[in-house]
Amino acid sequence: MRRGLDHKLVHWGKRNLFPNIAQSMISILMLIIGCGLLYLIMNWFLINAVWKGDSSACREASGACLSFIREKYLYILFGVYPREHLWRPIVGLILWIIFWFHFTKKKNWNKSLLLKFPTLFFIYYFLLSGGWGLSPVENHLWGGLPLTILLSTVGILVSYPLGILLALGRRSKSKLLSYPVVCYIELIRGVPLISILFMSSVMLPLFLPNDLNIDKLFRAQVAIILFSAAYFAEVVRGGLQSLPPGQEEAAKALGLNYLQTQMYVILPQALVQVIPPTVNTMIGMFKDTSLVIVIALFDLMGTAKSSLTDASWLGFSIEAYIFVALIYFIICFFMGRFSQQVEYEFKLSKERS
Amino acid sequence: MKRICILALLMFSTSHAGTLDSVKKNGKLKCGVSTGLAGFSSPDSKGVWRGLDVDFCRAISAAIFGTPDKVQYVSLNAQQRFTALQSGEIDVLSRNTTFNLTRDTVVGINFAPTTFYDGQGFMMRKKDGVTSAKELDGASVCTQQGTTNELNMADFFRTNKMKFKPVVFESNEEVNQAFFKGRCDALTSDKSGLASERTKLKNPQDYVILPEVISKEPLAPAVRHGDDQWFDIVKWVIYSVIEAEELGLSSKNIDTFMKTTNPAIRKFIGLSEGNGRALGLSENWAYNVVKNVGNYEEIFTRHVGNDSPLKLDRGLNRLWKNGGILYAPPVR
Amino acid sequence: MEKWWDSVRSSGTLILMNKRFIIKLLLFLAVVGLLITPIYFLTKNIEQQNISTGFHFLSQEAGFELSESIVDYNSFMSYGRALWAGVINTLYVAIIGNTLALVLGVLLGVFSLSKNFLLSKFCYLYLNFFRNIPLLLQLFFWYGIFTDVMPAVKRATPFMGIIFSNRGINYPWFSHPGAIAVILSSIAVSFCLVYLVKQWAQKTSLRLKIAPLIFLFLLVEIAQIELILRFFPLEYPAVRGFNVSGGSSLSPELISLLLGLVLYTGAFIGEIVRAGILAVDNGQWEAAYALGMTKIQTLKKIILPQSFRVALPPMTAQFLNLTKNSSLAVAIGYPDFVSVANTTMNQTGQAVELVLLIMVLYLVTSLSVSSVANMINSKILGVAKR
Repeated sequence: MRRGLDHKLVHWGKRNLFPNIAQSMISILMLIIGCGLLYLIMNWFLINAVWKGDSSACREASGACLSFIREKYLYILFGVYPREHLWRPIVGLILWIIFWFHFTKKKNWNKSLLLKFPTLFFIYYFLLSGGWGLSPVENHLWGGLPLTILLSTVGILVSYPLGILLALGRRSKSKLLSYPVVCYIELIRGVPLISILFMSSVMLPLFLPNDLNIDKLFRAQVAIILFSAAYFAEVVRGGLQSLPPGQEEAAKALGLNYLQTQMYVILPQALVQVIPPTVNTMIGMFKDTSLVIVIALFDLMGTAKSSLTDASWLGFSIEAYIFVALIYFIICFFMGRFSQQVEYEFKLSKERS
Repeated sequence: MKRICILALLMFSTSHAGTLDSVKKNGKLKCGVSTGLAGFSSPDSKGVWRGLDVDFCRAISAAIFGTPDKVQYVSLNAQQRFTALQSGEIDVLSRNTTFNLTRDTVVGINFAPTTFYDGQGFMMRKKDGVTSAKELDGASVCTQQGTTNELNMADFFRTNKMKFKPVVFESNEEVNQAFFKGRCDALTSDKSGLASERTKLKNPQDYVILPEVISKEPLAPAVRHGDDQWFDIVKWVIYSVIEAEELGLSSKNIDTFMKTTNPAIRKFIGLSEGNGRALGLSENWAYNVVKNVGNYEEIFTRHVGNDSPLKLDRGLNRLWKNGGILYAPPVR
Repeated sequence: MEKWWDSVRSSGTLILMNKRFIIKLLLFLAVVGLLITPIYFLTKNIEQQNISTGFHFLSQEAGFELSESIVDYNSFMSYGRALWAGVINTLYVAIIGNTLALVLGVLLGVFSLSKNFLLSKFCYLYLNFFRNIPLLLQLFFWYGIFTDVMPAVKRATPFMGIIFSNRGINYPWFSHPGAIAVILSSIAVSFCLVYLVKQWAQKTSLRLKIAPLIFLFLLVEIAQIELILRFFPLEYPAVRGFNVSGGSSLSPELISLLLGLVLYTGAFIGEIVRAGILAVDNGQWEAAYALGMTKIQTLKKIILPQSFRVALPPMTAQFLNLTKNSSLAVAIGYPDFVSVANTTMNQTGQAVELVLLIMVLYLVTSLSVSSVANMINSKILGVAKR
């Protein structure tokens, strides 16, 4: 049994790592690089790391200062959200995770999602802000991961439908409608998000009547929505273009009007076609929410950054960044995996047909 | 359709009410403060804003509402502060902002009287052994982007024919981090700000603030152009705080003056009427300010003076009678 | 518009009865309203508060210094000049960053499909890791390496003449400013010479092999550089006073920005190249092997050119992304255009004009890059058709 396994291993190694001289050299090089990296990481992260103890113990050690993370993880994850109400964002996050597993199962893809997603969002928002029995928590106290999730879910909830409208507008035969829409999409896609955030944070109030006041968080949200709507619009347009024109003609022949045609015939097919790029755009948007730090909002990135300013824990930025990077990575990675899986299934179903 | 459009436009363009009216209507004063500068405006561990700048917001609230707590604080970075004021997001900006000509004119804001006379200085690591700013040739200097400090620094090195490398960041935290971690040799900011940053450190004795003062930095609250009544209120609330110190009124003793015969004090606390009506406030507005927030000395001592970790000397911020330049016109 | 008017005149009531027309009109009015109302309030707010407007601030003296600039700039110069320095800094980062990201991306894309298990897995890991972490975080991370891990400038020791410290990387460079021009021109001259020799050899039907030619070229080059170094000696950096002086340097801000942008965008380009190669039919490989081509030849001559065509549009998008993302420089203190515009916005208070400038600059860049890409695209397609 054991010999058999050994034999298999050797065989596998021969075939995949050392089939000829050139390949062997690459393999050896990669092994050296890999082991070196692994050694560095182990050394830094495990062997020399400081798990317990204060900042002076950390300064003396050559490894990672994990006690910094132990000290600050609650702040980085939840910001200054009142500690006695901490269960609320935690429950909210758990709900999102459950929803995600529900959503990624193909059998659950039906119209009820259109209802579930907003409902869950309102529950989440209610948990964060309070009211109706829960003690209210003002939004300048929200921070960390719950805020990042809030910014991205509201972003998806509003900008995706907006993107669909823009895509339909762009394809409209009426130039009165399509030209402004094209201008909008190209303008937004041509400029960096940071400038749109600046605009919403610094300039937007100048464009509104004096007595109309919108708070900072909402303005950042508006910027993210306006920005990602343009990207969603392009994705949806790709889906619309991939449909044969016969679909629309057939719907017309059946006597459906424009709205019915789009709602029942075109969009359901087009949107499913472009699920992978849609999810990729969502990942992009999720990562982009980290830019709100430049307008002084404390999302996950912002709390990590501000945890570094604690004078007694100065100089452990690498630890904090890696901690936050892992959170972003896990979320983005699962979203990406889902999009790859869908893509794969599409390919299979195409090949079958 | 056209009619609806016109109606909508009319609805929007109804001439907006004065700032005082809208503050009263909202039941709160929206006050722009910094994102955290100990002694001037920073949230304590419970999230309550404290500091010298914050106390002037509270004073305005006390003058209008009779209580200092009807303030909503909006924390702003250097870049957001003026537009926040211009656009009406805040009613008054009280955020260690330097009074200068450009801002007073083309930026579209009006400065109330100075609440803190400051000057720009440099902070260094003690082990560098530098004792004068004239020895800074070739140094990397950290400062915040878009402040008057950035301009003064360039001027200072230019006039002294020295070279330097500016390292500028958008946020104050970033600037301080960069300095404390050794990205720069010197940190330049208002001297009070430097002292404030130093107190946050575990080892403040390792840092020195150089003696040179390279600029005048009168820090003053500001309001937007175009509302004279509101400007008057902010202006006179600040004067009343200074005047209270001169008259010897403080939050502790002001109640003992209710039967005074001193005409200036009677006028000040509203026993003889007129001031309140002139400003559009209740007659006891100045009483409310001093009772709830205190006079200038109390505010100073509490936040940046001897009762605070900053332990700043009053220096220029003494009353004119004591050798400083704080001077309030008569409150009558 | 005229067409409308005519139709309204000819059959006014009929048209107004038309539901579709009314819906369109409403939509149009909504769009126009969305554009006009904000402008109305802007002008009203500006008028009311007496905020100054217009672009005359561009000629005023800026008064602030930039930490680094490629064009000549100091605080005596105007805001316009400062912004121009910012534009050049942005373009500098964009050009270097895009070039490096392209190289990295092609390598990653090709290697991730390698038969070598370790190599392909390593590339796969890299692609997935770097794409899934926000760029801003990566920038902060690299910057953190400089401020937290690199030694303080006074404790830094040179390594092969290069000084790594928390003030950046200082490396030996020619003290004479003209040296680099001399070197470049002499290399160009020797290229021409080699080319002429080759031409001449072809004309006289003298058969010259390529290897000796390259050898000759290298020999000339080495001699040349040796000679140039004699006249223009390298200057080695050394710690003097507060900072390192001598030689040339890269600031921590620039290095972190480039590292972040290249590693992040490189991962995306790698994924695109990978998809591009996979899109080329397997038969192509087999056919090339059947013709006796080696793997590298096949890749270079057959596969990459074809996949390039598939990959060009998404690749252009990535180049533009890198250019737009370079605006994140503002967070780590590199004076790119957005950062300078920010400072100017603060000093002059003219937010509207400056945000407008930012948008115009990036739009112009985007449009010109995509038009160049379209040109290349049509040219390649043209070649393919032939």
